[in-house]
Amino acid sequence: MTRCSLFALLLAFAAVAGLALGSVTAAPVSYTLPEETAAFRPGPNLEAVQNNCTGCHSADYINTQPRGPKFKKDFWQAEVTKMIKLYGARIDDADVGRIVDYLAATY
Amino acid sequence: MLDRRELMKRAGLAALATSFGSATALALDTVTLPFDNGERPLVKYPQKRPMIGLTSRPPQLETPFSIFNDGAITPNDAFFVRYHLADVPLNIDPDKFTLEIKGKVDRPIKLSLKELKKLPAIELVAVNQCSGNSRGFSNPRVAGGQLANGAMGNARWRGVPLKAVLDKAGVRQGARQATFGGMDGPVSDTTPDFVKALDIDHARDGEVMLAYGMNGDDLPVLNGFPLRLIVPGYYGTYWVKHLNEITVIDSVFDGFWMKTAYRIPDTPCGCVEPGTAPKATIPINRFTVRSFITSVTDGAKLKPGGTTLKGIAFDGGKGIKEVAVSLDGGNSWTPAKLAKDLGKYSFREWKLPVKFSAGNHELKVRATNNAGDTQPAEPSWNPAGYLRNVIETVRVTAA
Repeated sequence: MTRCSLFALLLAFAAVAGLALGSVTAAPVSYTLPEETAAFRPGPNLEAVQNNCTGCHSADYINTQPRGPKFKKDFWQAEVTKMIKLYGARIDDADVGRIVDYLAATY
Repeated sequence: MLDRRELMKRAGLAALATSFGSATALALDTVTLPFDNGERPLVKYPQKRPMIGLTSRPPQLETPFSIFNDGAITPNDAFFVRYHLADVPLNIDPDKFTLEIKGKVDRPIKLSLKELKKLPAIELVAVNQCSGNSRGFSNPRVAGGQLANGAMGNARWRGVPLKAVLDKAGVRQGARQATFGGMDGPVSDTTPDFVKALDIDHARDGEVMLAYGMNGDDLPVLNGFPLRLIVPGYYGTYWVKHLNEITVIDSVFDGFWMKTAYRIPDTPCGCVEPGTAPKATIPINRFTVRSFITSVTDGAKLKPGGTTLKGIAFDGGKGIKEVAVSLDGGNSWTPAKLAKDLGKYSFREWKLPVKFSAGNHELKVRATNNAGDTQPAEPSWNPAGYLRNVIETVRVTAA
């Protein structure tokens, strides 16, 4: 047995001991979030929304908002402005209108 | 804020790791919350039972309301989840984790989780409720997370008083607030990082705590593993998850999440005329008084005769004095029997034996706390949909 493999064996024993003792060393935790399933509805200018919104949040942030006549252009304009002014979204001026139009027409 | 790549590198080097993962998203079914556009997927996340999926990135999960009928304590795997920013820490090594206390202190310190666990521990049962809980019921509706009543939960938290840690660092004269930051962060560096603040006297009241334990176990990852701030009686926005940075300051913190977000009208009710804007606002703070019937759901069909109604009540920390139930739409009220008191910040369970004649019945429940605060018959309103505490109504038919 080489010195190297003996060392590996000792390490393996140490690992088993660590497992058995449990609380002596806390194990690193690795967490996997489930894949996203929510999607944007098809509609005009969908590309502008996909390019500008999905970097920071999933489509369900939009899908779940209230609907109806009071939740059309003014509502979505205010939301997009909020994303830019308050949450620092970097959205080209040319895209702002496209995004608002898509949201007002599609949701 | 701990660097995410560094965390991942460390995690990769570790010989032993606890892995929580599922290969695919599991949309088990859908549920429909009782307001327009209320359809939600029922989703399965690691360490969680099926939960109501509000958003997936960052994750927001609502507790199915039936859980609240099972007992005063909300199980860890059913506890709601609310993140603001999508850079969620997914690889965490508790042996490398440190909490840093800095700013206007005599001795800036870094404490490992082991060091925190060596300090005298305290336990406290306390409700955590999202500021936006029940926002979906706002009328008129408002923008934001469209939640029903499941963004709340009650747990036995174990940890150390924040005061003990602040005293170790030595808060300097003139300190006004402490700010709290966690390992989660924004995707874009132009988005304000999630940082909250408490007045220094509040931070040192001996009740605000740093929790590493929840209902006898570690915190679930999505509830802030390995350490979170517990601010009893205060809305969840202050309960910073993955807490790793405390800064004592000699000013009033003006970060986005205090100065602009999570504000309520500066009026006695925290409300304004529906659809109008408040003249002045203050940071959201203590819970309003709430109570729920949990044993029967709205629209339920029952057999005529005797049954026992059951539910929960809570408030911002005065403690529940009385819960009264009406079976006739609020015309007459009967005091319910309060169950075991788990502390003034806890859910208080209540019970009431009742008899239903054949027909329709409009059930209502109303709690009053030890300060005499109670619940309004009509919902109050504010632009962010916070503080909802209208007397809840459940309609049942006995036939």
